[in-house]
Amino acid sequence: MSKPAAALTHTGPKDYQGAKLGMWIFLFTELLLFGGLFILYSSYRAIYPHDFHEGGRHLNVVLGVVNTVFLLTSSLTVAVSISALRKGNRRLTLQCLGATIVLGILFLANKYIEWSEEIRRGIYPNGPELEKLPNGEKIFYGLYYSMTGLHGLHVLAGVVVLTVMLAFVIKNRVTAADYVKLENAGLYWHLVDVIWIFLLPMLYLAA
Amino acid sequence: MEPAQEHSPISPYQTLVQVWLVLLLLTAILVFVSTKYHEALSVWAMLTLTPLKAGLVFYYFMHLKYEKPFLKTMVLIAIAALLIFIGLTFLDILQR
Repeated sequence: MSKPAAALTHTGPKDYQGAKLGMWIFLFTELLLFGGLFILYSSYRAIYPHDFHEGGRHLNVVLGVVNTVFLLTSSLTVAVSISALRKGNRRLTLQCLGATIVLGILFLANKYIEWSEEIRRGIYPNGPELEKLPNGEKIFYGLYYSMTGLHGLHVLAGVVVLTVMLAFVIKNRVTAADYVKLENAGLYWHLVDVIWIFLLPMLYLAA
Repeated sequence: MEPAQEHSPISPYQTLVQVWLVLLLLTAILVFVSTKYHEALSVWAMLTLTPLKAGLVFYYFMHLKYEKPFLKTMVLIAIAALLIFIGLTFLDILQR
């Protein structure tokens, strides 16, 4: 007897390696997306070394470093959550995923404080203070907003994806036997961390 | 029949925590060098410590360590492609 409804529910073996490979191929496109911005940054830095130095001097290094600590720690917690799930420690998985989401939100809160400070100083597109700066510094701040903004959107997307994963673990849709969704979400989160690892010295420590 | 799926080993908690501590230490060194020392030294610190940090995240947190040579090669090709683009761009900029 055939049951058409059963055909719609996927119950067969899942292609674990294929799912992971697909995620990695997506991450390569992300790498090239940010890579393009890194090329733009280094090209203009080679043309305007002094202006980039000056631009970096006005950024808040403390907030940049605090955000680095947040992201590095969140990378640890998401990695621990995957190990914990596979070892059958569901409680630790949920705690670590929760911690990762909170750290991601704290990162975005810090970014909000930082951008507000810059905007208050008149540093924003067509802002009164930005207009007075030399061309190289204008480009520096343009790249600063584009790169941290695009990265921030990725953090936001990561927080949403990890929240969905948290719900999946609670509902037993992600389990010790079927964990590839969480693993792929973790891969995405780590890549967002890697991009920030490069943004810290490029923008905040440039001076 | 052999199992349909092969799963990589589970990363031990201890290794993950150690990698995290090394990442924090490298960040501290990077920040210290770039705020206290001469620009040339801080540029070198950036060019060496930053890829090292990214490498640690790729190798341990993203567990490339446990992946098959096929996936490792794919990652290397993607990074090599980016580095070639960066190299070619600089060949252009430096000759203007």
